[in-house]
Amino acid sequence: MNLHTLTIAQAKDFLDKKEISSVELTRAFLDRIDKYDNTISAFITVDPDLALEQAQQADRIIAKGENQAFTGIPVALKDVLCTKGVKTTCASKILENFVPQYDATVVEKFKAQDAVLIGKANMDEFAMGSSTENSAFFVTRNPWNTDYVPGGSSGGSAAAVAARFCSGAVGTDTGGSIRQPASHCGVVGLKPTYGRVSRFGVVAYASSLDQVGPITRDVTDTAMMLNLMGGHDPKDSTSSPEPMPDFLKGIALFKEQGLSGMTAGIPKEFLSLEGIDPDVKKMFENARKTLEGLGVAIKEISLPHTNYAVAAYYIIAPCEASANLARFDGVRYGVRDMDANDIMEMYKKTKSKGFGLEVQRRIIIGTYSLSSGYYDAYYGRASQVRALIMDDFKRAFESCDIILSPVAPTPAFKIGEKIEDPLTMYLSDIFTLSCNLAGVPGISVPAGISSTGLPMGLQMMARHFDEMSLIRAGYGFEQAVTKHPEFPEL
Amino acid sequence: MKISQQEVEKIAHLARLDVDDELKETLAEQLSDILDYIDALKDVDVDGVTPVSGAAFMNNVLREDEEKPSPGPDVTLANAPERDQDFYVVPRVVK
Repeated sequence: MNLHTLTIAQAKDFLDKKEISSVELTRAFLDRIDKYDNTISAFITVDPDLALEQAQQADRIIAKGENQAFTGIPVALKDVLCTKGVKTTCASKILENFVPQYDATVVEKFKAQDAVLIGKANMDEFAMGSSTENSAFFVTRNPWNTDYVPGGSSGGSAAAVAARFCSGAVGTDTGGSIRQPASHCGVVGLKPTYGRVSRFGVVAYASSLDQVGPITRDVTDTAMMLNLMGGHDPKDSTSSPEPMPDFLKGIALFKEQGLSGMTAGIPKEFLSLEGIDPDVKKMFENARKTLEGLGVAIKEISLPHTNYAVAAYYIIAPCEASANLARFDGVRYGVRDMDANDIMEMYKKTKSKGFGLEVQRRIIIGTYSLSSGYYDAYYGRASQVRALIMDDFKRAFESCDIILSPVAPTPAFKIGEKIEDPLTMYLSDIFTLSCNLAGVPGISVPAGISSTGLPMGLQMMARHFDEMSLIRAGYGFEQAVTKHPEFPEL
Repeated sequence: MKISQQEVEKIAHLARLDVDDELKETLAEQLSDILDYIDALKDVDVDGVTPVSGAAFMNNVLREDEEKPSPGPDVTLANAPERDQDFYVVPRVVK
């Protein structure tokens, strides 16, 4: 049996039946990483000895019959999540030597079930970017075609899942950073509702937008991961007390009732956007027909402030980032410029040498927008537009249950193609940003392969805390679409 | 919105960043483009709209003022670039 081909659900089944061991499963992935990650570069850190130790511990628990959903399952973690005793860099030089002294809550949840934490995945530095080209260390390559980006900022996580270097992965999404790389890598990516998953121990980029979420091979695995990762955390004051359902019920609901009774809205503003690749348009049209075939009522809706979402995001996120990244000053952790003669020189040299260009750019945009005289015109106004965007969604969801769109206007682009022009890069986030501004959940489900052999995802968004509808509709859609091929050959 | 190189310098200082002349020029250009784009927000009618700071539906999450176990200085200072007992050592602050 080729163990690396198993999904989380399948692996759990075989582990339960003791037909495979976690050590065998972990070794299968470590072998693959050893063989292919030189080309893909999905990981910043892999500790095979530690992973096998965790696998052995998992096998002991399985032998006793005390295993839980994720016992022995190898999972990759985006290198923005703090892992106790394991280097956590956020793909930045400024943290290249940083070893957290505690685990993020999400990491604790995986450890509590004795999952195998197989590696820390590459990303755009401090989660700022849409291609993983902003990593201070190296670019991750799209496993479907290594000349192309995997997307970002959770590019390493998405590539690791597509390349089958792990059973599943954890990413973070601030403006599309789970959904877009999932779309570009042909895997499933879910951004939960803001507040659904704890951000404790997750290095913050934009605190009002960041969310942690799963990247998996299929929607069943998404539901399993969300079941584990979600829930109120007293250590995160933005964590919601909203109760956690069993998201696997969404799949059961599909099996019982299909998607009948569901209405999907297509925002008319999205369809009239320029620069959408013809393959993406075709994918979206086919996706719409597929959903109609499954009994979904499709209607046109309006999100009137769509055209202002990119502008609002690229003020709000940099503003919050400029505050969040102020802590990286060489005083208490991370890299420090040791040649400075005084504190000001130390701050400036440490930060300028430690932060990459995109990070510095966003810090400067944020500092400018928050500075005296500009605060109201920029951050204040963007926050008002944000309120209007939230209202748009509220109104839209009065007449539909899910909102449909492509995830990205084009399939993955070539490495180096967009990196020189930040504004073009920013504009490619148009479909994903509003979701974070409004705080609603969104999922990317593989929906087709372009004429250039690259995957394209369908995005579905739902009301706050209604990830259940995304699981139900996502599963139904996934079953109806045939993926040829399902995973790239490396 | 045209950003001059001096403005870039001023903002960089606020952000505690050191920007060399080449970068100053590049950033001035790129930031001008980005801020031009962002200027579109002034076309939106925001009259009477309360600004929203995030998507969390809660206010003032409080807890009892109870002492909880603390990791202690060795854990807290574990990543210190320079340490002297329980203190972080930094370059001269007061001139």
